[in-house]
Amino acid sequence: MNPREPSGARPGPAFTVTFDGRPLEALPGQTVAAVLWAADVVSWRSTRVAARPRGVFCGIGVCFDCLVTVNDRPNQRACLVPARPGDVIRTQEGTGHAH
Amino acid sequence: MRTDLAVIGAGPAGLAASLAASARGVRVALLDAEPEPGGQYYRRPAAGLRARRPRAPHGRWRTWTRLRDGLAASSVRRLADHHVWCVERRPDGLTVHALLGPEQEQPAEVHARAVLLATGGHEVVLPFPGWTLPGVVTAGGAQAMLKGGLVVPGRTAVVAGTGPLLLPVAAGLAAAGVSVAALVESADPRRLVRYAGPLVGKLPEGAGYAAGLLRHRVPFLARHTVVRAHGDERLTGVTVAALDAHGRLRPGTERHLPCDALAVGHGMLPHTDLAEGLGCRLDGPAVAVDGEQRTDVPGVWAAGEATGIGGAALALAEGHIAGRSAAARLRGTAPDPGAWAPAARARARLRASASALDAVYAPPGRWTDRVTDDTVVCRCEEVDAGAVRAAVAGLGAGDPRTVKLLTRAGMGWCQGRMCGPAVAALAGCAPTPSRRPFARPVPLGVLARPHADTAGPHPTDHPAGTGPSTDHPAGTGRPADRPTERGPS
Ligand SMILES: Cc1cc2nc3c(=O)[nH]c(=O)nc-3n(C[C@H](O)[C@H](O)[C@H](O)COP(=O)(O)OP(=O)(O)OC[C@H]3O[C@@H](n4cnc5c(N)ncnc54)[C@H](O)[C@@H]3O)c2cc1C
Ligand code: FES
Repeated sequence: MNPREPSGARPGPAFTVTFDGRPLEALPGQTVAAVLWAADVVSWRSTRVAARPRGVFCGIGVCFDCLVTVNDRPNQRACLVPARPGDVIRTQEGTGHAH
Repeated sequence: MRTDLAVIGAGPAGLAASLAASARGVRVALLDAEPEPGGQYYRRPAAGLRARRPRAPHGRWRTWTRLRDGLAASSVRRLADHHVWCVERRPDGLTVHALLGPEQEQPAEVHARAVLLATGGHEVVLPFPGWTLPGVVTAGGAQAMLKGGLVVPGRTAVVAGTGPLLLPVAAGLAAAGVSVAALVESADPRRLVRYAGPLVGKLPEGAGYAAGLLRHRVPFLARHTVVRAHGDERLTGVTVAALDAHGRLRPGTERHLPCDALAVGHGMLPHTDLAEGLGCRLDGPAVAVDGEQRTDVPGVWAAGEATGIGGAALALAEGHIAGRSAAARLRGTAPDPGAWAPAARARARLRASASALDAVYAPPGRWTDRVTDDTVVCRCEEVDAGAVRAAVAGLGAGDPRTVKLLTRAGMGWCQGRMCGPAVAALAGCAPTPSRRPFARPVPLGVLARPHADTAGPHPTDHPAGTGPSTDHPAGTGRPADRPTERGPS
């Protein structure tokens, strides 16, 4: 079942963002994290020390685990930042500056 | 901007307070970090998702519509997307410092005669092997992503930990089509029967969720715990086991549950950073308040979960009382507590049920035994339990602050909010107030900004790199960078 069903959501037209080059469908109002979860993506950062994958943990902007690079800006909290048409979302490696 | 009362937090407590104060002729500004009011309890799908039945994921719809319509009809000035990082005391009142939008770079200030802290709380998750795997999320986080974004973390979920929040989370996930493999509660909810008196009124809501779980055939494993989360790049399953009366694993009860999501929580802690910055007295982990919800700092009130975890109904009652008290005092009159007697009675009853719930839902006694040395404890700085134990046993660290200095645990982005309770428990001491310099990471550019008309926590007080802000990303970040920035350590 679609998790939107119980609330009867009829979102506006979907738009496209990319994640590591792959086009993903996004809905108006969704955060970057919600877009990624909807596409079954649960990690988008590798940690600075052990290079381990991370994604959402607290879901409300407190833990900073969900940091991601959006339109070349690293360290955006995916659970807070709304997705916008054309966003280029990339897995953040470490601090996001080590390219 | 200038106002009489600045309310920080637009959850149940802040909404009730703002409506009560503005109805009594006080100018109110209501600040919240979120784009929409409602807080955690009344979180609704983002407007763009156009949910026609947004009530489905949460109850108490009627109270929400009353608050929402009241807010729309009121003169309350709503300041959304305002992340407050500090409240400063000044001779002529208080200045609320905020950063705007999810990016949190542009500053904004509100000057007020009084401030009401209604900042709620955040979840506690105690570490266990595998808890950093993608797919492991906090129970409230799963709920927030579902309520706000209508998304779920996986197809098959285990909901685990302890506390009354697990029930609505499991029920919400099940209703959204997730197969909930088990609700794993380390406490024994049958003990609630002992507290039947104080819990009257709490039970109908719980019973509703329980019925939902029955309908979706969610197995309920009481006095069980998740021992380990498995997976390489993402969660593939968990091992659960039964607990004995002392919190030890019952031998031979371990079993594996395949799942791709684990929603886990071990209770909540109040947000107290802003209160601590103001010098308000704390009572244990919560902001201390009197019968009128006043803190011990003149002109500063507090209500809701910032003053103790107790649920949305308690937050509403406390907010109402705080708003009326602040309005009266701002008008220069002594408030009449008789006028809010019904709210005071509700507050007394709900505080009693909150302490009954607290007594039943506590993390299992021996949980630290199961935290292996290679388990990451501080998620930000990637400090494992072995390092914390070595700091205590080998280097003689006797308190969380020394452990932090020796290991960097708690020095990262989240400023120890996630690992604080665990580090204290592993070090064998009581958690101490964290004394965070600011409630949010602040870009150096904002701190270094010339404060023409303000005095307070800016670089002359805490020169970057020497003051308490060195604990903090802002102290090491580069001015042009994001507030969350810090270099590799
Ligand atoms: C993630 C999460 C999910 C939850 N889900 C449920 C649930 O589904 N059902 C349930 O019964 N209980 C839930 N709870 C418990 C819930 O916290 C309370 O029952 C209730 O919402 C408390 O009301 P409150 O007004 O005290 O605080 P909250 O509702 O938490 O409201 C506090 C508000 O303050 C804002 N805020 C905090 N700090 C700042 C700052 N520095 N600057 C600006 N704004 C700030 C926050 O954005 C928030 O909107 C949840 C808790 C959490 C943490
Ligand atoms: S998931 Fe915790 S900050 Fe985004």
